Amino acid sequence: MHGTLQITAEIVRILVALVVVIGFTFLNVLLLGYAERKISGRIMRRPGPMEVGPQGLLQLVVDGVKLVAKQFITPVESAGPLFRVAPLLAFMPVGLSFIVIPFSNRLQVRDLDTGLVFMLTVMSLNTFAILVAGWTSNSKYSLFGAIRSVAQSVAYEIPMLLSLLSIVFTANTLSMKGIVLAQHPVWYVLVQPVAFLIYFIAGLAETNRAPFDLPEAESELTAGFHTEYSGMGFSMFFLAEYTNMFFVCSLAVVLFFGGWSGPPLPFMDYTGAVWFLLKVYLLLFVMIWVRWTFPRVRFDQLLNFCWMYLIPFSLVNLLLTAVVVKI
Amino acid sequence: MSGYFITLFTGAKSLLVGMGVTLREMFKPVVTVQYPRERCAITPNFRGHTILVRDAETSTHRCISCKFCQMDCPSGCITVISEKREGVKGLTLLSYKLDFTKCSLCGICVEVCPTSALAFSAEYELAGFASDEFRYDLLRYMEEKL
Repeated sequence: MHGTLQITAEIVRILVALVVVIGFTFLNVLLLGYAERKISGRIMRRPGPMEVGPQGLLQLVVDGVKLVAKQFITPVESAGPLFRVAPLLAFMPVGLSFIVIPFSNRLQVRDLDTGLVFMLTVMSLNTFAILVAGWTSNSKYSLFGAIRSVAQSVAYEIPMLLSLLSIVFTANTLSMKGIVLAQHPVWYVLVQPVAFLIYFIAGLAETNRAPFDLPEAESELTAGFHTEYSGMGFSMFFLAEYTNMFFVCSLAVVLFFGGWSGPPLPFMDYTGAVWFLLKVYLLLFVMIWVRWTFPRVRFDQLLNFCWMYLIPFSLVNLLLTAVVVKI
Repeated sequence: MSGYFITLFTGAKSLLVGMGVTLREMFKPVVTVQYPRERCAITPNFRGHTILVRDAETSTHRCISCKFCQMDCPSGCITVISEKREGVKGLTLLSYKLDFTKCSLCGICVEVCPTSALAFSAEYELAGFASDEFRYDLLRYMEEKL
C-alpha cells in the first residue's frame, strides 16, 4: 500500500514537473522573442513590434499561432522519417536540462553528483539535431549550415569545457548545487574572470548566436540548417535555440554568479529563484545586446579566434588554477 | 608575439567601444513616426498636385481663364474650359482639368499664372484603384475641399 502511494506520488511529481517545464519553455521563448525584437528595435532607434496588443506584447503569441497553423512541408527528396525526427531531437534536451538546474535551494528536480557533465552532454545534443536536420533536408544550404555548426561546436566545446574545468577544480565538485554552495562568500566570476569570458564567448558560439551565427547565416545560406523546415518543425528549432540560450545563461549563473544567492527574501529556499532568474535574464540581455552590436564573423576568423585565443587562454587559466588549488 | 597581444587588446577594446555605442543608442528616443497614427510636418516647399487657391476676399478662385498654364504645360495635362456669359466681365471658368497621371510637378503653371490662382497642395496620400481617380477637376476640388 505504502509502495503504491509512493509510486503515485512520484508520477504526479513527474507530471507536474513536465507541465511546469513545458510551460516555462514556451513562456521563456515568448519573453525572449519579444525582448529580442524590442531591444533590437531600440538599438536601431525604432520601436519594435507595436501593433498586436499593448506595445506589441502579443506579437509572439500571434506568431506562435501562425506557426502552429502552418503546414509542415516535407521535401520530396528528403530522408522522410529522420527529417521529421530532427526537430524533436532539437527539442528533447530542453526537458532533460531542466532536471539539474538549481533554481533555488529547494527548486531543483534532481541534484545529480555529475550534474555539470550531464548538462553539458545534453546541451551538446543540439548540434547532433542540427546535423541530422541539415543532412536529411537534401538541400545545399541546410548541409552547409550543418557542416558549419558541427565544425563550430567541435572547436568551441574545447575552450568551454576547459574553462569549466577550472571552475570544477576550484569548487571541487561537479554537482550544480555543490558549485553554487561553494561560491558562498565570493562569486566565481571574481575568482575566475577569464574562465567566465571564455565560457560566455564559447556559449554564444554554442547557441549559434551572432556574431557566431554562421550555421544560419541569412545572407549566405537563406536560413542554414532549417531552410527546409516550416510550421511546427521550424518552431521546434526556434524553441530549442532560445531555450538553449536560457541554459547557457543559467549555467553561467550557476557557475559564476552564485546561483540563487542574493539579498535574503522571505522563504528564501524557494524565492531564491527570483534572484536566479534575474541574473539569467540580465545575461540574456547581454547576449541580445552582443547580437545587435557585432557583425557576423567569417568562418576562418571564427576558427582562428578559437584556436589562437580561446584555447591557449583557457589552458593557461586551467594550469594556473591547478597550481593555485594545489598550493 | 607582441603583435598577438596587441591584436587581442585592440580587438577587445573595439568590441567594448561598439557595445558602448549600441547601449547609448538604445536609450535615445525612437525616431520612427508611427504613420497612420502620427504624421510628420510637411515642409512648405512640398509640391503636391496643383490647386486653385480660394481667395480670402472674394471667397472664390482667381482664375481668369487666360489659359497660359494650359499652353505652357510641358506634359499637356491641363485643360481649362470656360465660357462667355451675358453681363459678366471676362470669361467664366467651368472646369479646370488636371491629368495628374501625366503631371511632372514642374511648377511652370504656378509660375506663369498672372493672378496667382494656382498653388501646390500638401496632399501626399495618393493611392487609388484606377487612373481616373487622378484626373482631377481642380474647380470642384476647391469647392469641396478648400
